[in-house]
Parts: sequence; structure tokens; C-alpha cells
Amino acid sequence: MFREDIAALSTPPGEGGIGIIRVSGKGIIDKISKIFIPFSAQEIGQRRGFSLNLGWIIDDDGSKVDEVLLGIMRAPHSYTGEDVIEINCHGGSMPIRRCLQRCLDVGIKLAEPGEFTKRAYLNGRLDLTQAEAVIDIIRAKTDRGLKLAVQQLEGPSHFIAEIEDQLLRVNAMLEASLDFPEEVGDLDYAETKAILLTIKKLMDKLIRAGQRSEIYRDGLKAVICGKPNVGKSSLLNALVKKEKAIVTEIPGTTRDVVEDYINIRGIPVRIMDTAGIRQTEDIVEKIGVEKTREVIEQADLILFVLDAGTGIDKEDMDIFQEVDQSRLIVMVNKEDLERKEISEEKLAELFRDIPVIRASVQKSIGIEALEEAVESRVIQGMLPGDGMEIMINLRQKNALIRSREQVESALITLGQVPLDCLGVDIGGALETMGEISGRTLKDEVIDRIFHDFCIGK
Amino acid sequence: MNYEAGKYDVVVIGAGHAGCEAALASARMGCSTLLVTLSVENIALMPCNPSIGGPAKAQLVREIDALGGEMGINIDKANIQIRLINTGKGPAVQSLRAQADKHEYGREMIKTILGQKGLHLLMAEVEEIETVDEKVNAIVTRTGARYQCQNVVITTGTYLKGRIIAGEVMYDGGPGNQFPAVKLADSLRAMGIRLGRFKTGTPPRVDRKSVNFSKTIEMPGDIQPWRFSYISPQPVREQLSCWLTHSTPETHRIVMDNIERAPLFTGVIKGKGPRYCPSFEDKVVRFAHKSSHQLFIEPEGRDTDEMYIQGLNTSLPEDVQVQVLHSIPGMEEVRMIRTGYAIEYDYVIPSQAKLSLESKMVEGLFTAGQINGTSGYEEAAAQGLIAGINAALKVQAREPFILKRSEAYIGVMIDDLITKESDEPYRLLTSRAEYRLLLRQDNADLRLTEKGRQIGLVDDFRWAIFTEKKKSLAEGTHLLHKTTFTPADKDVDKYLTSKEGAPLRDKTSLWEMLRRTEVKIEDYLNQGWLPPFQPEILEQMEIQAKYEGYINKQQEQVQRFERMESKRIPEDIDYNQVYSLSNESVQRLNEIRPQSLGHASRIAGVSPADINILLIYLAKRRN
Repeated sequence: MFREDIAALSTPPGEGGIGIIRVSGKGIIDKISKIFIPFSAQEIGQRRGFSLNLGWIIDDDGSKVDEVLLGIMRAPHSYTGEDVIEINCHGGSMPIRRCLQRCLDVGIKLAEPGEFTKRAYLNGRLDLTQAEAVIDIIRAKTDRGLKLAVQQLEGPSHFIAEIEDQLLRVNAMLEASLDFPEEVGDLDYAETKAILLTIKKLMDKLIRAGQRSEIYRDGLKAVICGKPNVGKSSLLNALVKKEKAIVTEIPGTTRDVVEDYINIRGIPVRIMDTAGIRQTEDIVEKIGVEKTREVIEQADLILFVLDAGTGIDKEDMDIFQEVDQSRLIVMVNKEDLERKEISEEKLAELFRDIPVIRASVQKSIGIEALEEAVESRVIQGMLPGDGMEIMINLRQKNALIRSREQVESALITLGQVPLDCLGVDIGGALETMGEISGRTLKDEVIDRIFHDFCIGK
Repeated sequence: MNYEAGKYDVVVIGAGHAGCEAALASARMGCSTLLVTLSVENIALMPCNPSIGGPAKAQLVREIDALGGEMGINIDKANIQIRLINTGKGPAVQSLRAQADKHEYGREMIKTILGQKGLHLLMAEVEEIETVDEKVNAIVTRTGARYQCQNVVITTGTYLKGRIIAGEVMYDGGPGNQFPAVKLADSLRAMGIRLGRFKTGTPPRVDRKSVNFSKTIEMPGDIQPWRFSYISPQPVREQLSCWLTHSTPETHRIVMDNIERAPLFTGVIKGKGPRYCPSFEDKVVRFAHKSSHQLFIEPEGRDTDEMYIQGLNTSLPEDVQVQVLHSIPGMEEVRMIRTGYAIEYDYVIPSQAKLSLESKMVEGLFTAGQINGTSGYEEAAAQGLIAGINAALKVQAREPFILKRSEAYIGVMIDDLITKESDEPYRLLTSRAEYRLLLRQDNADLRLTEKGRQIGLVDDFRWAIFTEKKKSLAEGTHLLHKTTFTPADKDVDKYLTSKEGAPLRDKTSLWEMLRRTEVKIEDYLNQGWLPPFQPEILEQMEIQAKYEGYINKQQEQVQRFERMESKRIPEDIDYNQVYSLSNESVQRLNEIRPQSLGHASRIAGVSPADINILLIYLAKRRN
């Protein structure tokens, strides 16, 4: 009866021992199979109902997100009457959210408030007399949910309003030129492009600010990078104080991104070690290098490791040029060596306004200073964002990201496709944006046309 | 004393653009039909702008034509200029627009009406619609003639309690100094139908001989002969020009100096006017920073010297109108033939009708056109067609004909009218359509002709043309898919190089290659890759290939949309019995009585939670 598969966090958000993600729908077994690696040999598709399955939820690059216990309930013997999977996550709030994100990545939709209960009723799993109770639940959850979301948005609401306003403006410009060609004339491409860029920038800002709030709630994404054999894996190990990445003397042996969750002075940090960024012909390593670039791009904080023994060479500078310097902490490793090739003057000259830590991972020198630098970056708000304290929930973030995709698509196709096709993206971006505030913004475009343009020949 | 004058299946009151379509459709579907008009001379009158088409409106005309209506054929017979506008903005918004010879337009329509089998014409004023048990039973004219009928289509335009205003001068009247229909409005009120009041206006007309065209810019028609109707013969009409001029700071000063005499600002005019067609004085006040507005001088026909001043619609006093005209370049010495005026009129609040345009309260009572609070000849004609079709279907005891928003602009318009409250006359815009890329003027026949055939409106002649076109289109499409090239083909390589396109990388079909912006389907003919086809077949294939990605995207949206549309709400639902609906929702749902959950979701004030509740209620009912 329902074509879409849905997922939602079923336990209250926040810190807790475990958290449960509930997934329901016809295609969920196939979809979850793509992100779940069982410990047993049996795929979950072959498992019967009411079975528990231990395994890993994995990222799209195959890395492990969380160890989970998966409960499978086969239709019709489940709460909703459909196939249901309950994912019991263990790793605290951040892995739970990442597991949910993985479900969404494979095409499962975020459930509406009360949707599981609605399905339960419509699929005949709840008694008729329970119908009214179901309605109360939906009414309460929907109305309260919307109210809550709006309250939550109070902080950035002027931001949302600004994005909506600009989107309405650009939609009105486009539609006016289509519906009133003689009064309005052709669309001004330069202006359209400028507005779309402004919108994109605002959306980026908001999404980033949202990520910042996630840092407090869920932790910080940090990545260790540097050329091979400068001691990146050793640093990771020192920080998590356990062997995780393979450490050798041969450059290029850390091929995958290796990660762990650590706690730096109360701030949860998801820290990743990367394959050395190096020009390489080795295919396996090449994949690792590309993945590294991607991870660095998404990180909130970049720990850039240098080797005091080898000095700063072109390879180091190439990496330095590639990363975003506003998120950087430089760490000069192997300070314990006799012959140091890096001078204070050189560091001051190269890394102006960037914190530089001198350390020796092997001798446990400088780890404290590094932790302090990380903490002060978070506390002083040096991380991307602009001091906005914003809570954006996953639903709002998803809408923002989808809307931004449409804006980006419009920016690419602007001037390449006719205006009616461009309208599919620009109008779509507006419609998606409306999901955040629960308004049908499309209806406001026509009002906007009459407000902005002198119509009527 | 009333007398029994006859009996008809369907009576249509009013012979404007809606009435003509309604009457012709009903008669063509085999129902005995009476068309009653206040004035036979004014059949299919264009009391305002002598023009048909434009964005969204051209699509409507094509849809009317595809279903077997008359407007497209008639404007092809009676235009003095026809152009394709919005070219280069995409296939979905490209639209034809014609200047009409308004007298010829009326004459041609009268010929068609009088020549239609099963259709009788009567000049009279209908004063009363007689009902029995909330069902239409008869109509009675001012002169006492009583006609029995179970179905009435009211298409009285702006005549209901019409009131003309120009400055301090006011009198009761319809457009063009016609009589207003007063008693009919009372008859409708007596049936419990709620009426609202709107305002619209028209500009002054001037004498061609007194215009100094050397101070204006000539706007000629297109050289390429266009036609609206899919079945009209290839046009060979001489094109007349229009002329462009503009208002001056002096014009605006005159308006502002006399603003206290403008009925729009003194409170004399209470009806709400359309924002897309504001009075000139309104534009001057609202857009005070603009020192000039465009004005088009348009001929009203071949055999008249009257010229229409597009953009100057006004209800300023007559003496001010003359001053305004004289301040405009090219019109310094102009003689005014007709004074511009505003008209206020009663309309039926359209949410009282079903999607078939039949009243929810009175069985057999249909309304269409301006009386439903719309504006525009095309909007009127399209509603007239649907109301006429549904009146005839009712006579034949068949299901009503309803077009969805995903199928036609007609569907968008009627759904909007019934569902959304509007405080100004409704005009169709392409931006009102969610699935604009699918509702193009080039494919209206492909969308609707089969439906028209099922109804019984598409005759053998049109059907033969349509089936031939479909066959040819299938052949061409097959050829484009079947013919493939590889990077080794020298011809293609040379062709692509000459177009500054990238060379082929893989085996590619002609269809796939057409997606490239630099590739045009005519080139295929020149290269000998494709045998000749009719231009409209080529156009159709090119659009379908070039925009396939976007078209598919919209088709997916349509599938999602239709899922909700297919969830029917039974007619006898009692919203007061539905637990937990908000009061506002109950009120709105009772008023509009939506036919599906999709329809309900478009009503302002009905929240997503309400839709979920309805979904659950309906499931409970089924069990």
C-alpha cells in the first residue's frame, strides 16, 4: 500500500547507552543489506523474522560506522504490518545519527511524525477502536513537531526568511519573464546568477552553522593529514591510546582512512587518519589518496603533520595549498630528533595566524598542547560558521541540502537550457525550501510578481 | 403572462466566448440546445482587447481545439496578425498570439452557430431560472416565454448587475453600452447562490486617421504563417501591424493632477480589479518611480478605423482621458471614438461549483466564464466548453468530464477556481501549472484529442488528421531511435565539427544526438539521415528528444501527484463526523467538498495532519 520505505530514530535523542532506529517498508531488507555487514555468514535477506543479527553498519567507502544489533520482523508480523528492521546502535549519539544518515543514503525516506503508527493502522495492525487514539498521536506529533521545529528555527529564522525571500525573488523574475514577456522582457542572466550565488552562499552558511551545532551535540570531525611517514598513524594511536592503524617504516602503508571516536577535553571528536597524500602510481593507494581528499574536505578540523627531521619540502607545501587553512592546526612531529630542519622563522613565515604545535608523538611531547589547541579552536569559535548558535534537525538539514542541490543545478544549467526547463530547478528549490517552514511558497510567487514588476500593458 | 415556448435538453444563457463553446459542444454531442442572447449582433463580442492567445492562453486555445471546440478555428478565420511569442524561452512557454478582427470574429462565429444542427438561437433576456426540488426545471424570459429544460449553462460574463463608471459618470449597463442582466442575478440569489463583485476596465478607442504613426514604432506580424487550430487550412492572410508608443512624464502629471476625480481612489469603485490588468492611474500611483509605460496601438479590424490603446485601461473622467491621450507621442491630435470605462459586476463565487462546473446546490445548473470570476476570452471559452460537455453528458446519463492538473491547463484552471479563493478576477498563467513542461501548446492534440473523441466531440475529419499525425510521429520516432552512428562515421564527424560540437564517443542514435544543443532536426533532413516529415512532426520529435530528461522528471512528479488524486472521497462524507479535524478544516472542506485527497490537500487551511486524519477515516469507513 505504501511505496516508500521509511526510517526514524525511535529512542529519544541525546546521550544514552543505546539508540534504536526503526525502519519499515517493502524494500528495506534489500536496502539495509547494502549498509550492513553481518558477523555471521548469512545475509540478512536469508534471515527469518524475529531474528537478531550482530554486525557492522558501514559507510559508502566500506569503513565501519557502528557495531549494531539488527532485529528483523517480517511482514505482516510487525508493528506496522510491513517488513520492519530495528537497528540497535551502541556508539552514542553521533554514530546513531550516522547510521540513520546511512539509511537515508540508500533511498529510505525520513518518516513523518506518527507515520509508523499511521501505517500500523492502515495496514490493519491496530484495532478499529484504536483509530481515534492514532489520530490523536498524529495530530499531537504533527502539530507539536511543526511548532517545535519552528521554535527551534527562531535563531536562524531571519536566515531562512532571507533564503526564502531571495528564492521567491528569482522565481518571480523568471516567471514574470515567461508569463508577461512584453512588460518584463527577457530574464537578466547576470542578476539571476548573482541571486542564485547569494542563495547558495546563505545555504552553505546555514548548513555549516548547523554542522557546528552538531559538533557540540555529536562531536567534531577531525582529520590527520601529511605526507607519508611523518607520523600520522602514530599520532592517531597516541590520541586513542590503542593500536588501530598499521604503523610501519615503509611510506604508503596506511592505505585506508582509519578512524576512531575520542574525547578531547569533553568534546567528542571523530578522528580520522588518512593515507599519505602523495603522487602515486599504485592503484590501491591512489584510491586511498582520493578518499583522503574527500575526507579532508568534509572535516571540521585538519591536523597537518610535518616532519622536523626532513624539513618542509614541496610535497608538504602541495598538501598545504590544497587544504582549507581556516580549519588547520599544524603539528611539527619528531621534535626529539637531534638534527632539526625546520626553523621557528620558517614556521612563522609560512603559517601566519595558524596554530603551530611542536611535538614528538613517540616521546609523548606536545600531545597536551595539541589537545589544548583543538579545544580552544572549538571554544573560541574559530571553526567555520560565524558564531550562530543554530540547531537544525535532520529533516531541515535534508531539505536545505536538497534545495541547495537544485540551486546548484540551476547555476550549472543557467544559459544552457531554455527558461522553462530552468524553472524546474528554480521552482523545485523553492518548493523544497518550503518544507522547512511548512509553507507552500509556490503560491507566493504570483504575488511576488505583482509586487516586483509593473504588470499590465 | 408566461407561455410554454418549447423544451430543450440544454439551454445556454449568454452568447459570449463561453456561451458559444457551451452551446456548440452540447449541440454537437446530440443534445437539443437553445442559445439565448441579449443581442444577436454581439455574439462572440470582444468588448476589451482584440487579441487571443499569449502565454497559457494559447495553450488553452489549443486544448479547446483538440477537444473539438471552436475558438481556434474561429480566430484562424478572423485574425489580422499572428505571432509566436516567447520564442527562445522554451517549448513549454512558447505561445501564439493573434490580433483579431473583432467584427469578423463575431460574424464567423454567428455563421457557425446558425449552421449548427440541433442548435437554436434566441434573442431574449432570461429573468428567471425555475427550479423544483433544487433541480433546474425551466427558464423564463422577460417577454414571458417559458422553456422547459433540465440543464442550464449560465455564461453571462460581466452583464450581471453591470455598472459602468467613467469619472463622475455612472450608469447601469453591460459592456459596450449593452443592457445589464439584473433580474437573473436576483434569481440566482434566491436559489441560495452566493455572489461577489469584481471590477474590470477597458481603455479608450481612437480614430486611426488621427494618429501620427511616424512617432511610434511599427510592430509587424510574423512572416511565417501560424495557425491555432490543428485542422485549419494553411493560413494565407495579410498581416496588419500594431504600433508601440509610451506615456510621458506629462501624462503622469495629468493623471496625478486629477487623481481626486479617479473613481478608483475616491472609493466609488468597490469591486476588486485584477492586478495583471491594472488601470493606468493605478500604475502611475503604484509605480511612481517609472516615468514611462509602454502603450500598444492595435487595430480592431480590417474594415474599421477604431484603434485599441493597450495599456491605457482607465476609469478617469472623459475630459482627463482626452488630455492623457494628447500627451502621448503620436496621439497629440488624436480623436477619441469610445471612452474608456470601468465596469463592476456580480460573479458567482466559484467554490460553489463542482469540478464539472455544475452547481453543488442546484442540480443541472452550470456556470462558465467571467461569471465564475475569471477574466479573458480564452479562460471563458475553455470553461464554456467543459460546462457544455458536462451538461450534455448529464443529459446522456454519462460520467462528468474532468481534466486533471497534470493533463491540461483547463484542469489547472478549474481546479484553482473551485479550490482556491481569489480576491481578484482569475487569469491563467503558465506559472500556475505544476507540470508546465508537459502542458505545451505543441502537444495539446496528443494530450486531449482521444478524450474528445470518446466524449463525441471530435468529428471524423479531425480524427483522421490526428491519427495520421500520430502514425507519422511514431514512424519518425522509431527512425530516430533505430538509426545509429559510430565515431568512425565520417559524415557525422564532419557535421559535428561544422557545428563546433564534440565528436561522438560511442555508438549514438539520431535521437540521442538530438539532445545536444548544437544539433537541429532540420540538419538531419539536409544530411539525408531522415526522410522528410511535416514540420509539426519534426518539431514534436525535436522537443521530445531535446527535453527528455526534464520531461521525464515532470512525469515522475505527475505519478506521485496522481497517487493522491486517485484516493477518492465519497460525496456523502460528513466532515463533522470525522474525529479531530480542525474547525477551520471542517468549514473549508464542507464548502469545497473535494473529490479526492489530492484535491483536499490543495485547500488553504487544510493541513497535512488533516489529510492524514482523512486518510485514516476513509480506511475506517471502508472496513
